Amino acid sequence: MANERYEASEVQEMIICRGLHKWFGDFHVLRGVDLVIKTGEVVVICGPSGSGKSTLIRTINRLEEHEKGDIIVDGIELTHDIRNVHAIRQEIGMVFQHFNLFPHLTALQNITLAPIYVRRWPKDKAEKVARQLLERVGIPEQADKYPAQLSGGQQQRVAIARALAMQPKIMFFDEPTSALDPEMIKEVLDVMIELAKSGMTMIVITHEMGFAREVADRIIFFDEGRIVEEAPPQTFFTSCKEERTKLFLSQILHQ
Amino acid sequence: MTTAAEVMKPPRTEVGVWGWLKKNLFGTWYDALLTVGSVALISAVLYGVIKWALTSAKWGVVTTNIKVFWVGRYPYAEIWRIWASVGLFVVMAMVTLVVWKREISRARRAVMITWVVVLLLTMVLLKGFGDNAFIPSVPIGIWSGLMLSLTLGIVGIVASFPIGILLALGRRSSLPVVKVFSTMYIEVIRGVPLITVLFMAMLMIPLFLPPRMRLDLVLRAMMGMTLFSAAYVAENVRGGLQAIPKGQYEAGRAVGLNEALVMGLIVLPQALRAMIPAIVGQFISLYKDTSLVVILGLLDLLGIAKAVTGQTQWIGRQKEVYAFAGVIYFISCSVMSYASRRLEKQLGVGER
Repeated sequence: MANERYEASEVQEMIICRGLHKWFGDFHVLRGVDLVIKTGEVVVICGPSGSGKSTLIRTINRLEEHEKGDIIVDGIELTHDIRNVHAIRQEIGMVFQHFNLFPHLTALQNITLAPIYVRRWPKDKAEKVARQLLERVGIPEQADKYPAQLSGGQQQRVAIARALAMQPKIMFFDEPTSALDPEMIKEVLDVMIELAKSGMTMIVITHEMGFAREVADRIIFFDEGRIVEEAPPQTFFTSCKEERTKLFLSQILHQ
Repeated sequence: MTTAAEVMKPPRTEVGVWGWLKKNLFGTWYDALLTVGSVALISAVLYGVIKWALTSAKWGVVTTNIKVFWVGRYPYAEIWRIWASVGLFVVMAMVTLVVWKREISRARRAVMITWVVVLLLTMVLLKGFGDNAFIPSVPIGIWSGLMLSLTLGIVGIVASFPIGILLALGRRSSLPVVKVFSTMYIEVIRGVPLITVLFMAMLMIPLFLPPRMRLDLVLRAMMGMTLFSAAYVAENVRGGLQAIPKGQYEAGRAVGLNEALVMGLIVLPQALRAMIPAIVGQFISLYKDTSLVVILGLLDLLGIAKAVTGQTQWIGRQKEVYAFAGVIYFISCSVMSYASRRLEKQLGVGER
């Protein structure tokens, strides 16, 4: 059934991917991914560029379409039914590498847009929540600025607030600090660490291993369209099994 | 390294009128030559034109016929209706300006809706209906002069804008029927001169309508111009849409907006903003192209000018008449491009 929800006990598992395949033309990007994310879990995905890790999370909220396999988010199965797609997108907040703020709207309007038009909140309520979120990400004074007037770190924090405004159960971060100047990375990571500690379910694609060590429950090494290895941070860094993981780790840790 | 950044005044030769002249007009010997040459040419032309305008030109042909230029054959007893419409427009323009300047965002939607109402209202007022004593019908067929030019221009602009946006969206649609229709429409119209479209409007539209329904020639000209301009607006809008990065669509979808909201709230506002110069350019050229309706036998500003020069008492006064018409066109087009520059500046806030 299209909109049927699974039993509450089953929803312990927030995201379930089973045998996920995707092709870009002839290129086989995802080659059978099985992944279960539990409620409240923080998972860091790392891997070489072009390995398909971005595609994986973009597939889960249907920014890309998968060709084979099942995706179930919070008990909702991702199908071609547009209602399911919208329901799942409202469960997931997404933060992009290049922020993708709406340049014609102020920071506040960026955050209130979806709550007003999708959740149908009155403007006052949406703005109140938006200001609280800006407070939470540490830039309440930037509410009325346009994205172009903000630094990269501030823009990314607005983007996080925008995603949180829809009160998602899960947050995806697609290389959130890769486009930032070095001195701004920390301010964004601090917000993400606070979010992780508050119990949010998160999938974070990043090479910031300090962040992974501090808050990740699990680190996944992704290469050539599949999960090569996964482990909790302490074992992942000290005793990973696969040669490819070791090579990758030596490359990013000694840069 | 110097100890501190010293603030230095620019060298003497670079400042002041003399500095500017030296830098821009007399920098090298050929710059100087060009400057002197063009100044001589411009003054010769200006001298000739001004001398003609002040001494040998007989402006009587314009002053005597001024009402004809403005409203043509519109009955003089009903001219108050035109003034009332103009008044309404001016008031609305002022209200709009105040609302936008003060950024009273709540009033914006009301102002937009009022504009549509006012446009319809003025059409009714100008046209009138039936035989009543207050606003008796003035058949659109006898509208003429500047009034006809403006009506054709305004109706064409207001109507072709939304049609153009729909066509642009249609051309990018994933539905094959919509896509093929929009693409074919745009390409066919763009491949045909406006005059041909106008002749088609004159001769073909009656064939498609039931015999009892007869559309006035002016209305048919309006339809022709609108449909023609819509194809060009569509291509401009499409250009704007292509300039919007994919990330904007994705961010919109990711926060849960559906496709229509992504388009209406995120993509179109940015695309249209970027396309203001091109679209206003299209509107100015549409307005000037209204002069082509002369070939359908309609008397717009240019048609009236032609008719005036045909009057026996003004034989040989074409220069004055066409110079006057040219100045009127120039003024209205300048107002439009000035308005567009203001609009761009106003909307440019926070642009990347």
